Amino acid sequence: MEAKTLFDKVWDAHVVKKIEGGPSVLYIDRHFIHEVTSPVAFVGLEKRGLKVFHPELTTATPDHNIPTIEQHLPIKDELSRKQVNTLLSNCEKYNIPLYGLNHKWAGIVHVIGPELGLTLPGMTIVCGDSHTSTHGAFGTIAFGIGTSEVEMVLASQCILQPKPKKMRITVNGELKKGVTAKDIALYIISKISTSGGTGHFVEFAGSAIQSLTMEGRMTLCNMSIECGARGGMIAPDEKTISYVKGREFAPSGEAWDKAEAYWRTLITDKGASFDTEYTYDANDIDPMITYGTNPGMGMGIKASIPDGSDLEGSDKITFEKSLNYMGFTAGEKLEGKPVDYVFVGSCTNGRIEDLRVFANFVKGKQKAESVIAWIVPGSKQVEKQAQEEGLTDILLAAGFKFRQPGCSACLAMNDDKIPAGKYAVSTSNRNFEGRQGPSARTMLASPLVAAAAAITGKITDPRDLM
Amino acid sequence: MALDKFATFTSSAIPLPIENVDTDQIIPARFLKAVERKGFGDNLFRDWRYDKADQPVADFVLNNPRYSGTILIAGKNFGSGSSREHAAWAIYDFGIKVVVSSFYADIFKGNALNNGLLPIQVSEEFLKHIFALIDADPTTEFKVDLENQSFTIVKTNESVSFEINPYKKECLIMGYDDIDYLVNSKEDILAFEKQRG
Ligand code: SF4
Repeated sequence: MEAKTLFDKVWDAHVVKKIEGGPSVLYIDRHFIHEVTSPVAFVGLEKRGLKVFHPELTTATPDHNIPTIEQHLPIKDELSRKQVNTLLSNCEKYNIPLYGLNHKWAGIVHVIGPELGLTLPGMTIVCGDSHTSTHGAFGTIAFGIGTSEVEMVLASQCILQPKPKKMRITVNGELKKGVTAKDIALYIISKISTSGGTGHFVEFAGSAIQSLTMEGRMTLCNMSIECGARGGMIAPDEKTISYVKGREFAPSGEAWDKAEAYWRTLITDKGASFDTEYTYDANDIDPMITYGTNPGMGMGIKASIPDGSDLEGSDKITFEKSLNYMGFTAGEKLEGKPVDYVFVGSCTNGRIEDLRVFANFVKGKQKAESVIAWIVPGSKQVEKQAQEEGLTDILLAAGFKFRQPGCSACLAMNDDKIPAGKYAVSTSNRNFEGRQGPSARTMLASPLVAAAAAITGKITDPRDLM
Repeated sequence: MALDKFATFTSSAIPLPIENVDTDQIIPARFLKAVERKGFGDNLFRDWRYDKADQPVADFVLNNPRYSGTILIAGKNFGSGSSREHAAWAIYDFGIKVVVSSFYADIFKGNALNNGLLPIQVSEEFLKHIFALIDADPTTEFKVDLENQSFTIVKTNESVSFEINPYKKECLIMGYDDIDYLVNSKEDILAFEKQRG
């Protein structure tokens, strides 16, 4: 039999048919929708007089627009309220399961899918959101789609997709102290750039990847879109299977046994080939931080910003524009620079493990007075677990408050905006100009680096305080 | 819903020699709150186009009377970041029919094609060459011929060919979209579901 990659196996199992000289009709097992990218798809459906083909295979939750305080009150912002209400009425009309604000399963779409066992190994998963790549941590083909494609999935449970190329990124060895999945992600993107993965689907492999928890794997796959890849995936193993087992929508009984046996076949065969391969040594990775306006502009926290002397033409213009926006100088260090805001949350680092890491670090210490910190759990379940584990109390004692779940300052569509010119250390995934508010300056980092900054009020290597 | 049919045309172009233009720049998140697809063109490149007091930034290309046309020429890795289709809508709604760059992010490319916006990929050198030509003469015209997959500098008759998936090419020329195709594939989809059990 032909040697196949993990990606091939899952992809091939979902091809309904291939158009001659064109894309394939790819069957979608699970579809997530949220309030921002779905309304126009429903309008389209309506105009064509179509029904939702499989409403039970779509799950909806509002997350992008919602406030992270006083969620029991009606949403104040009129446009946000209208968008959330449109999601509610569309779901009602078409019979789509929805976990709305205040529902015990509400949260960021990429946090609740895995939590509820809606995300299972071997699936194809799409959502009108680029960080759908998160679900790849389970050995699924999961990727973000546009609104036209949301409409396609609603209408036919399929989309048209050309098969991407395959890339394998292997990270071997043991991670150093203070280095997390987020650092692996930022390290890889700094090496291959924000376009290095374009046209590809990535498989992450190697001992350092296997050593990650499911939460860590989700963080890594989440960021795979930031190197331009459609998505990233990791072969399911014991950790995957035990994470999934017993979750609300996971199979049980005989169906479980059958599913589990299948999941265990989802590995890349010996001799299967990739279009592109990269290999890194875990030992080379330090806690990372970004200094520019795309996630590829990252470096070890003790390093200096490149001097840019080797750049020319539009590369140089782009580099200078970026540093100018950030208010940084080429060649300087970031360590010791003051920080105004710290944001912990998002579908990248808003899971229970992230809150544990943050809380453990700040335990017995005090938040720097100059820092405004927003700690936003990724879901209601994360919020609840954090309370049960006593993390909330630790945070309170250290001067931090918990907000309610949502995307929050990750994209600042609600009130959680970083003011113009202010510096934020953020555990989210994008440091684009204005991403966290007009003229806000974002430095991406792990929850640990964020914790160190929150305590000292400066860019700090967390290892120096551990 | 049919798209506008894509016909051969000639136009001057708007140059944006910046790399890694992400979809947050094309249309910032705070303008994504609409529940209908209209008016996005007004907020295209909002934060580069208008200052904090909502006044046009004079030297930004879209405000610069030197430049006009239905072709946008942009630096490499155009459209990275968020999957928001609003980015393609905003560009199209503004009146742009073709984007030319040396590299595109995948999702943006797909979204563009699904909305009748043609992304043309050219070499890095050719891109530099066109930027230089427009810099010297902003009225420089280009001819886009999708049928023959060619992009031509009218004045010099220099022409390059570009790649496009044959299926997508036909969709653009005929004004078809993928949803029509999928809805017509219902039988195959049902058969697939049945065979999987
Ligand atoms: S947390 Fe941020 S990246 Fe994740 S889904 Fe929400 S807005 Fe998108």
